[in-house]
Amino acid sequence: MTLWNYYHTPASVDEALELLRSYAGKARVIAGGTDLLLDIRQGHLPPPEALIDITRIGELCDLHQDGDWLVLGAGVTHTRIVSTDLIAARATCLVESCGVVGGPQVRNVGTLGGNVAHALPAGDGTTSLVALDAEAEVILDGERRWYPIRELFVGPGMSLLDPTRDLLIRFRFKLSGPYEATAFKRIMRPQGVALPILGCAAWVRLDESGEYYADVRLCIGPVDRVPVRAEAVEAALCGQPVGSDAVERAIQAAHEGLHPRTSRYRATAEYRDEMIDVLLRRVLPLAAERAQTGQAVPEGVGIE
Amino acid sequence: MSKLTLTVNDQTYDLDVPESRTLAQVLRYDLGLTGTKIGCEEAECGICTVLVDGVPVDSCIYPAFKAQGAAVTTIEGLAHNGELHPLQKAFVEHGAVQCGFCTPGLIMTSVALLRGNPDPDDHDIKVALKDTYCRCTGYTSVINAIHSAASELRGEGAQPWCSVATVEPLKAVGRAVPPPETVDKVTGRARFTDDYIFPGMLYGRTLRAAYPHARILSIDTSKAKALPGVLAVLTHEDVPGENIHGLVYSDWPALAADKVRYMGDPVAVVAAETPDLAAQALALIEVEYEPLPVVADPEYARTPEAPHVHEEWPDGNLLKHIKVRHGDIEQGFAGSDVIVEHEYRTPTIEHAFMEPECAIGVPAGYDDEHAKLTIYVGSQIPYSDRQQTARALGLPEDAIRVRGTLIGGGFGGKEDIAGQIHVAMLAQTTGRPVKMLYTRQESLLFHPKRHATIIRIKTGAKRDGTLVAVQAELYGDGGAYASLSDKVMTRATTHATGPYVVPNAKIDCYVMYTNNPPSGAFRGFGVTQSAFAVEQNMDMVAEAIGMDPVEFRLKNAQKVGETTATGQLLRESVGLLETLERVNTSMRGADAGFQWGWREGGKAYGWGVASAYKNTGLGGGAPDRAVAEVEVFPNSIAEVRTSSADMGQGLTAVLAQITAEELGLPVSAVRVLLSDTDLTPDGGPTTASRQTYVSGNAARYAASTMRDALRAVAAERMSVPPDQIVFEDGCVRYNGSSVALGEVVGWMQEEGLEAKARYQYDAPKTQPLGTGGDMHFAFSYATQAALVEVDLETGAVKVLKVVAANDVGRAINPRTLEGQVEGGIAMGLGNCLTEEYIIEDGVPWSTLFARYKIPSIKHTPQIVSHLVEHPTADGPYGAKGVGEITSINTTPAICNAIYHATGVRIYRIPVDQDALLRALKAGEAEVRTTWHDVK
Repeated sequence: MTLWNYYHTPASVDEALELLRSYAGKARVIAGGTDLLLDIRQGHLPPPEALIDITRIGELCDLHQDGDWLVLGAGVTHTRIVSTDLIAARATCLVESCGVVGGPQVRNVGTLGGNVAHALPAGDGTTSLVALDAEAEVILDGERRWYPIRELFVGPGMSLLDPTRDLLIRFRFKLSGPYEATAFKRIMRPQGVALPILGCAAWVRLDESGEYYADVRLCIGPVDRVPVRAEAVEAALCGQPVGSDAVERAIQAAHEGLHPRTSRYRATAEYRDEMIDVLLRRVLPLAAERAQTGQAVPEGVGIE
Repeated sequence: MSKLTLTVNDQTYDLDVPESRTLAQVLRYDLGLTGTKIGCEEAECGICTVLVDGVPVDSCIYPAFKAQGAAVTTIEGLAHNGELHPLQKAFVEHGAVQCGFCTPGLIMTSVALLRGNPDPDDHDIKVALKDTYCRCTGYTSVINAIHSAASELRGEGAQPWCSVATVEPLKAVGRAVPPPETVDKVTGRARFTDDYIFPGMLYGRTLRAAYPHARILSIDTSKAKALPGVLAVLTHEDVPGENIHGLVYSDWPALAADKVRYMGDPVAVVAAETPDLAAQALALIEVEYEPLPVVADPEYARTPEAPHVHEEWPDGNLLKHIKVRHGDIEQGFAGSDVIVEHEYRTPTIEHAFMEPECAIGVPAGYDDEHAKLTIYVGSQIPYSDRQQTARALGLPEDAIRVRGTLIGGGFGGKEDIAGQIHVAMLAQTTGRPVKMLYTRQESLLFHPKRHATIIRIKTGAKRDGTLVAVQAELYGDGGAYASLSDKVMTRATTHATGPYVVPNAKIDCYVMYTNNPPSGAFRGFGVTQSAFAVEQNMDMVAEAIGMDPVEFRLKNAQKVGETTATGQLLRESVGLLETLERVNTSMRGADAGFQWGWREGGKAYGWGVASAYKNTGLGGGAPDRAVAEVEVFPNSIAEVRTSSADMGQGLTAVLAQITAEELGLPVSAVRVLLSDTDLTPDGGPTTASRQTYVSGNAARYAASTMRDALRAVAAERMSVPPDQIVFEDGCVRYNGSSVALGEVVGWMQEEGLEAKARYQYDAPKTQPLGTGGDMHFAFSYATQAALVEVDLETGAVKVLKVVAANDVGRAINPRTLEGQVEGGIAMGLGNCLTEEYIIEDGVPWSTLFARYKIPSIKHTPQIVSHLVEHPTADGPYGAKGVGEITSINTTPAICNAIYHATGVRIYRIPVDQDALLRALKAGEAEVRTTWHDVK
């Protein structure tokens, strides 16, 4: 089956936008294509007339530090993220999550931008971007502006971006500083589709004693149609001393606030509830320890 | 068309190709580099991996124009000036190649790994190859091969293959020689069916049913026929002969006529100039259906209200009731001190051979090479293909030639007809060659699978540990067509006592027609399912009487002189006790504090043991024969010919070794020709672990007949007593003088004799079930112990180690045999932990590879293998079957281990971590549901 007819590799954002305009809704943006082409091949999307490959646009392949911020082009592959030492040290959860997406062949071409644009409620990279409080620069209906990452998610598999018109340019987020750190873990099953039963990314800032949670951002998913922050859990942790009591408080708050569903081929709600406990017990102490020591070595990259 | 510039294997190409091409398509179809294989087109299996600027990518979903200007490396680019890359050499040396279809992907992924990491550890290898599947090897040999190649690339020399201990080898038999086609499989030269292209070739596609059960009211092909570029659209009305096929029962229409019985039923076939046009034509065929109620499970199928899948079948949906009666079951249980009774369920399991089905039909008279209608196909039973195709086409069998190509894995899934009849019809209709390649998704939908079963089994024993009685009731989901259901479920039934002495047995099995995909042959052939139930009941009985599980098995094990529940006296070659003892010793190690289960941190650990036996050969009274032909040429090269199939298991090596041994030739001087109905005599089906034994014997006797003929001529010419001539090193020798074998061939030819011998080997006669006597001429025995780790927080199960001992009679080729052991364990592990083909009301959910997980390299446990060699008198050099026995007891061993680790019994596979955790939390002692049973 012919999945597309024309393939363009524009060198600039303007050229890409012009191409999209010229196809008037009949062309789609492609980055790695590891989700998109399967969707077309499996009949979830009609074959577009043309694919506009954004991975040769300099701006979208850019990865650089800007003061305390990291700027990450939407066309940067998972592999490049995982092998960037700066991200491993100061946005560890992103390496831990991008490092378990697919296998090496998929990570070598699949991009974080593509993952976000695909808008799965529990994409591993997305979960971490939410905990990192990342922003995304997009060109939406011709207008370039920054959005909080969560605003790109409209529904399951539904993005704010129109893939026949709009472009996701890049992400930015603050790298963790002193007393700050992140961690990501997920729970999988060996059968069926390789999507997480539940994933969890945490960003923590401890106070200067290193003994208390000063600020926490937590994303656990899927618990909703779109990725969400576990705000009640975050609140329950703030001001608490680091340790198992805090984790148990977090777990209690999570059970009050988060209500994961049963999904037939993934997990029961009951199991997911249990996994909230497990993930919080695994992720929070790890993030806190990293924040205390200032050392972070990503765990589970490649195989959890 | 736009210009695509690529540098492929150091050669730059400017190509005019459609922009819609994937990289795999450009490599395979535009550049003819067919070493790159396509396995799923879902970015799941990784076997299409090539390097783009040094980076491994899945070429099947990589747009070719994405690689514009890039340097691409494929499997064909690794060897330089005929010198294999160290990885290619290591894959051959370490037995990391079986069917060879995934080999290019594995090697290319490994090339990238070693470029970035010259000294990877096991974890690094598992990370790199996590998404590059292999269904045959079980990955252990792959890991070893990569370590070896890394060592060579570092300048530290390749690592040798470590042989498992065997009896003293002969000159050729017992040696670890690679099958002759192995080098072609590591270089990409090996050709599978889709790698063949003929001028003027058309592309076929199949329209499949829209419902699992429906009456066909009308089929309108006119719009499809009118599409330019479409050369044929055929329905049941166009079947020239009888519209029926089937392996045991003829119940499967070549093209559905009055109704469809499962979602994979073929309704129409088309041939068109391009695959795209063929697909478009399918969409234009209009079929009007009247949907019928669906028979979705075998228990329902047996109820009076269930509609009949085959109205004409006299027994309703009952395909067969199979019975074993032995002793007096009432008395048996009356005399039992302990009785354990449980119900077990096993799901439908998919073969997931890496090469989807492909067949090419070339019409009669197409060219000099194709005077006859010719079918190219990778099939486990070429002569049966010919017979079934001839019947459907209304042709005499000898008007058709089936030419076997290499087979990218079979495991029982390439015994039934797939596209053979369709391509023959389309080729004859259009007068042009027609290729029919199934997509992975079509393969998942269409071919017969492992039977889902429900097994209720009751085991009785005395307090002293003597087994007294087994009663069992089995339901097998036969699916829409009989395929090999009768035989498979007979095996499940007769083996439902386990490999033990059971004086009283009553076993009933009901094989039912349903509207699910047909069930047929699959490695283990029914015994995989019954062993899951039998071996857990054995452990429970042992526990109830307070006996060690190994001791309990040792006490009841079949031995020479005992009789099976089908009335067969075991006269020889019963190595079960030794397999138990070897595994037991290995499992317990030197540590006096051995425990079956323990906890450490948040993990529970447990060992579990299971034994099994499996017949070699067809048995049950079926004549089991193979014919082989051996010819020696004046250049001292011999050729052995039989139609038996090599689907990666290493039969070619076995036949070459046996022929070499008998003729005193080096193995490299023996060619093997398989699977050609015009050039090779009938070797029978490649099933039932029978080829080493049956075709091996045919080759052996053909070769020894050849040797005797050569001896007679040589004796006369050399004027020496025939019995003093020695055949060795490619020569005939007498008292210090030596003549090349080829020279003796010349002498024969001078006398007008052909240096060719043909032998029909008939295996020892067997008896049908229920008549007593020998149902089988040999059994293989095995014991496995599995060590598992259960995460008490998540319920996740990991197999850390498997200790296996297999009684194989005689190891003809220890390296390919180890490949069967390691691959069998991996398949057993998948059967237990990762795999289930889900069907809902007749409609498969498992329609994608993404929804059906086979074990990847990350699941690979440490394997300790022991070979036990209790020779069987009639087997070649004592050998018996090994292909299936290696896989059967892995699942129950893992489940027994989970019990020892957690106290929870698994009555339903695959093991569901969700249900296991919930059972642990609730303090329940059993799991009866699996991962999709939730509402």
